[in-house]
Amino acid sequence: MRKLIQFKNVVKDFDGQLVLKGINLDIMENEFVTLLGPSGCGKTTLLRILGGFIEQSEGQVFFDDIEISKVPPYKREINTVFQRYALFPHMDVFDNIAFGLRIKKTSENIVKQKVTKMLKLVNLEGYENRAVTLLSGGQQQRVAIARALVNEPMVLLLDEPLGALDLKLRKEMQLELKKIQKEVGITFIYVTHDQEEALTMSDKIVVINEGEIQQIGTPTDIYNEPENRFVADFIGESNIIDGIMIDDYRVFFDGIEFECVDYGFEDNEEVDIVIRPEDLDIVPLEMGKLSGKVVSTLFKGVHFEIVVETPNRKFIVHTTDNSPIGTQVGLHFFKEDIHVMWKMGTY
Amino acid sequence: MVGSKPAKMLPFFLIGITLLFFYLPILIMIVFSFNGSRSLTNWAGFSTQWYTQLFNSRDMMAAVMTTVSIALISTVISTFVGTITAIGLSKSNKVIKETVLMISNLPILNPEIVTAIGLMLLFSAFAIRRGFATMLLAHIAFSIPYVILTILPKLRTLDPNLAEAAMDLGATPWQALIKVLVPQITPGIVAGALIAFTMSFDDFVISYFVTGNGVKNISILVYTMSKRINPTINALSTILVVIITIALVLVNALPMLRKKERIAIE
Repeated sequence: MRKLIQFKNVVKDFDGQLVLKGINLDIMENEFVTLLGPSGCGKTTLLRILGGFIEQSEGQVFFDDIEISKVPPYKREINTVFQRYALFPHMDVFDNIAFGLRIKKTSENIVKQKVTKMLKLVNLEGYENRAVTLLSGGQQQRVAIARALVNEPMVLLLDEPLGALDLKLRKEMQLELKKIQKEVGITFIYVTHDQEEALTMSDKIVVINEGEIQQIGTPTDIYNEPENRFVADFIGESNIIDGIMIDDYRVFFDGIEFECVDYGFEDNEEVDIVIRPEDLDIVPLEMGKLSGKVVSTLFKGVHFEIVVETPNRKFIVHTTDNSPIGTQVGLHFFKEDIHVMWKMGTY
Repeated sequence: MVGSKPAKMLPFFLIGITLLFFYLPILIMIVFSFNGSRSLTNWAGFSTQWYTQLFNSRDMMAAVMTTVSIALISTVISTFVGTITAIGLSKSNKVIKETVLMISNLPILNPEIVTAIGLMLLFSAFAIRRGFATMLLAHIAFSIPYVILTILPKLRTLDPNLAEAAMDLGATPWQALIKVLVPQITPGIVAGALIAFTMSFDDFVISYFVTGNGVKNISILVYTMSKRINPTINALSTILVVIITIALVLVNALPMLRKKERIAIE
């Protein structure tokens, strides 16, 4: 695979406020990349720099090995699906999708062919002459995607496109977007703050916080091997514990030494440890590696969320078996369920 | 609620006298434009002499020409300038936007006489010959703030990414403006243009102070003849009322006709 887009030390400040603090990121051809982070972390700013709507304060952006910082948006082979779709309200569905082709003076014959093909791709056949203002959120979304894709860009940027849809529709669109990406075979760069959305769709996730990249990896990497406390906390629920790495494969926390699978730390280095709630199991008192008392239980549909209070902290446990409040229980986990991470400098 | 009969009639009565108050004067004016004598109060039989006189009066026709041409030119220019200013302001940061708006609104809040004297002093300070050109410049200047004020609210309701979406799809900034932004705010532009036209058409105070060398618009002509008012002015006003009525009917009827046509086609 070829590197299509390269961010090199991209910095952006708005009136002295640093929004991006030196982003280095490579994006390959045909990749589904998600920029994931809380609101205000700079992910949308990064997307807008790539789209050409704002310029970085420092650093370079390469597209196909060419520096593009000074190239205006209308000359970039990149199209965007905007947060609120930004459809043109005075045009019907067909004219919206045909807009880019007509700007390029494509003959009406070809316009018709291409628009029809796009309407089919996004499942909107027969909607050609509808006013876009009368469509539902999901349909507007599809028009926005078709309007961008009809120009056959090399990259499609999507800025939280599913934010306005309800949960069920959002799940449908997630799968559909993934399907469309496979079908057209181009790079999708997707911005979201929804970790579940990121895990479902992406080939690669870039976790961003406060203008800095926290971790880049596949969804499984990011979930199973979070690099720091922020990533562990942001991606799913976690129990995050302060501990000390005694030696390779040996970690100490809550007054007990545990065997683990991590290595490569300094001896006696202070570390953060994460144990996912679904990796913890409630067992009879004498069989647990730790013990505590059940202080709350919540039914969540598929599982119960049980909080167990040990002498040192509260653990969140996801399990399918309920335990009544007040029972003394043991907590069990395997050595590979302990994920050891470097301490973050600033957290 | 059970109201007594007179109480129920009250709203209709109020509407009735309001309409009467608005339209009776116009009606009287129209009737007396066909009066056979010079009197503005006594009816002396039907005649179209005032219309003939109107079209034969060189002063009157010159004033009509001046008024209409100044109104048209100043409407076109002020609408254009006002529209791009409003679009620019909608994309500017808050400080610039509020400063410009404040400066632009000041002439609206100022008594007209202040603007008028100010303009007069300005023109004489620079020794500019007063006449058609100075009047036109003044009209353009006082119309622009109204155009900006009419268009800005419409711009606020637009998706902030519209222009960006157009450029993203390959449109140059100019194409984005013409193909996407302007069609969106057309109703605002039309409203702004109408206000500019009306303001210019019947302006007296400012026009009076900035004109010279015998250039008069209708208002100036009427005010200066008020001592010995003659019914040609009734004839002129009647013609204006008829034109405005026809324009209003067309504006309201055309969209309905078009809709009917579309339905018929489908």
